[in-house]
Amino acid sequence: MAASPDARAALIALNRFGYGARPGDLAAAASDPRGFLAEELARPGIARIDADLPGSAAALASLFEDQDRVRLEREAAARPAVAAPPAGAPPAGAPVAAGMAAAPQAGAMAPAMAAPPTAGATPPAMADAKPKPPPGPSLETRLYRAEAQARFAKAIEAPAGFVERLVAFWSNHFAVSVSKDQFVRVGAGPFEREAIRPHVLGRFADMLAAVERHPAMLVFLDNQQSTGPNSKAGRSNHRGLNENLAREILELHTLGVDAPYRQDDVTALARIITGWTHTPRDGKAGPPGTFLFRPEWHEPGAHALLGTTYPEGGVEQGLAALADLARHPATAHHLAVKLVRHFVADAPPPALVDTIAATFRDGDGDLARVARALIESDAAWEAPTTKIRSPIEFLVAMARATGLGPPDPGRLLGQLEALGQPLWQPAGPNGFADGTAVWASPEAMKLRLDLAWAVAQRAADYGPPLGVLDTVAGLAASRDTRETMARAESRPQALAILFMSPEFQRR
Amino acid sequence: MTGSCDLSVPSRRALLAAGVSFAAWAARPRLASAAGTRDPRLVVIVLRGALDGLAAVGPLGDPDYARLHGDLALAADGIRPALALDGFFGLNPAMPELARMWRAGQAAIVHAVATNYRERSHFDGQDVLESGQPGPGRTQSGWLNRALSRLDTAGRASPLRGLGVGPTTPLILRGPAPVLGWTPQILASAGDDLAKRILALYDHRDPELGRALRDGLDTDAMAKRGGLSGDMGKARGGMDQPTGMRQAALGTARLLAAAEGPRVAALAFDGWDTHASEGALGGQLANRLGGLDGALAAFESELGPAWADTAIAVVTEFGRTVRINGTTGTDHGTGTVAFLVGGAIRGRRVIADWPGLADDRLYQNRDLKPTTDLRAVFAGLLVDHLGVSPTAIADEVFPDGGLLKPMAGLIV
Repeated sequence: MAASPDARAALIALNRFGYGARPGDLAAAASDPRGFLAEELARPGIARIDADLPGSAAALASLFEDQDRVRLEREAAARPAVAAPPAGAPPAGAPVAAGMAAAPQAGAMAPAMAAPPTAGATPPAMADAKPKPPPGPSLETRLYRAEAQARFAKAIEAPAGFVERLVAFWSNHFAVSVSKDQFVRVGAGPFEREAIRPHVLGRFADMLAAVERHPAMLVFLDNQQSTGPNSKAGRSNHRGLNENLAREILELHTLGVDAPYRQDDVTALARIITGWTHTPRDGKAGPPGTFLFRPEWHEPGAHALLGTTYPEGGVEQGLAALADLARHPATAHHLAVKLVRHFVADAPPPALVDTIAATFRDGDGDLARVARALIESDAAWEAPTTKIRSPIEFLVAMARATGLGPPDPGRLLGQLEALGQPLWQPAGPNGFADGTAVWASPEAMKLRLDLAWAVAQRAADYGPPLGVLDTVAGLAASRDTRETMARAESRPQALAILFMSPEFQRR
Repeated sequence: MTGSCDLSVPSRRALLAAGVSFAAWAARPRLASAAGTRDPRLVVIVLRGALDGLAAVGPLGDPDYARLHGDLALAADGIRPALALDGFFGLNPAMPELARMWRAGQAAIVHAVATNYRERSHFDGQDVLESGQPGPGRTQSGWLNRALSRLDTAGRASPLRGLGVGPTTPLILRGPAPVLGWTPQILASAGDDLAKRILALYDHRDPELGRALRDGLDTDAMAKRGGLSGDMGKARGGMDQPTGMRQAALGTARLLAAAEGPRVAALAFDGWDTHASEGALGGQLANRLGGLDGALAAFESELGPAWADTAIAVVTEFGRTVRINGTTGTDHGTGTVAFLVGGAIRGRRVIADWPGLADDRLYQNRDLKPTTDLRAVFAGLLVDHLGVSPTAIADEVFPDGGLLKPMAGLIV
């Protein structure tokens, strides 16, 4: 591009690090692009969501109530028939979670099913009070949409969006998927607000400890029933280990798959975190759906992980292990590679990775320092704009550019799903991929075109399309893009061309 | 054909032991595919999350099976008896369509199979499965794509083209050979005129995006000609749901059946990571196996006459532990099962050098020991079905495969 250095740097600030320009943002960023981002990092409470949303305990309590209500209704309806257990009845002693495993895929959410534009979410308690709710979205769908709405609104309204991009990055790093069951569907939004956001500019070790104790993660990665074979419960009930969470902590959350750990370490960590579960729905052990350590499920004794022996100490044993994992040099490197790959280039420049990893180590995992190091590095600004915006970045950037008003969560969720990035629903615990090859495939580009057209039709009254080009690219806009837009046959067509232009797609 | 490949029940060690030598294989006349009388279709379905092969196809005759696999073991009797296969193995009762294809000689099962990957990370395991490389993270291209790029296109009416199903192309099909993409339609299509203008802009400013968009539009146009724009084109469920699996199969089959359509396709079905409440008989695994069964039936019906020219390989990154874990599920393991289905498959066989499940026969005292290299199965399909040269297999498709021998006799 023949753009001036200032114009390019402003574009990098908003597109590479943020969620794209709103009217006036480019000019605000141009004089001091680094300062523009640093100022957002410094705002008190910038990562917090202030919307009135239930915490995980309240949300899960309302889910449990709703499940009980549905069950009672079903039993009442079935009562006249004298029931022999159906052939499909689960075997006796099937775990509690079995009843939730068949959660319907309430999230198909084609645009046609989009909820009417709501001014804020339906408070779940109120919706529940009605004796016979009309057939409509299920409770977990309403809660999920309310969470989505708050998250979209925050991204669209953020000054630069750097902090929201960091939230999305860490949330994807510690991915849970709402396709698991109703519990995670309800818990995913609170998980991000309770385990990710408070620490996104805090310490990694604190985020890690919050994540691995959160009910949504404990259920998503199956730790909630993992029992030490030699624990009291293990000896009497023949229950045992489930190593899923322990493996992903090592492989995905901390050290990374290339680090030198072995199956023995996976098993040891699985033993160390036995008994990490959530309170059951009966409420006897505390509000349902909050973290609970069950000593009678915990594998007794000292356990050796990566050469360090952790003495018996209940929940503290696991917290000590997590604290050491957070400080492990392999963790610093693993996280640095992922951060640089996400923000800068599919092939992360090694020198920049080293800088970020060193900052992480020197600051004992201070994530605000890491974020500042990223924007202070020249390499992060000079790398060519080879990456393509992820689907959520693309959707939020269109909304920011055109000021479409309060987001319609049903529509946005449907669009995200169409583009292959359904919110909090990656195919596995490794989260969504982070490469241009994935998001710029033929099918993905075709879908982007359709989506750009759909959004452009709704945004056409917003103003002259070339004005929107000035908003999002300013002097960095290419002559080709400007001319192609100017020759368009309609305003929506010009806007769609803008949304598909390399200036808008690449970052 | 070599008679030694026909594996009868008692001698299930026979196949690999009697494996046809490379020279003998190379000299073998390849009648149908090489002569061009067949218009082959090859589909690879990746089950992401690691399928419990012992709950999908149970070694009912193994004395240790029922004890070790506990509630997740299939049985010849009971409320939900396994579907009979060959007397030693039984099929999960959620898969009656597959059992029917088996009886018709159009389905084979490979058991105690694994790639060369021996760790237990899903993502690295899938990377190795799809990349065809000796280890994870070696390349951004998949073996199926590289095989396509090395096909001798001379003498064919049209070059074989690949089709990636889903919003993004699976790794197995990424690479130098051009690949189409298709996914059930959710959005209304933008008009041709807008597309042309944007393509012209890309030609000036961003040829990479231009290529991708052009290919995406071409496939969409083809799908519409095939009648996919209506009901079938609408997304109905995720790829971990029976409806989603069936729909993806219908759409893929329609494109593969088209005269000018792609000939090689890759799909991925999700949700096989059954750590807790696995539900092998009436639960989450049974539900998904039923979805896979429905997808295979959808391929058969929608491909029509082309079914006779079709080979479908259903594979997963690794297996699961032989013993069930503390939460009525299974953790990550090694050896597992693969399904080969289609009119072109020489079926009604379980291909297995069965290692046994006695404690001292398990891999690392926890997993089904792999005795067949999944890459050899892939290579056998590529060579005998698509006509990929053995040289290309060794050079590029499965580099560093060592003494990997394409498994002979998989194709009718």
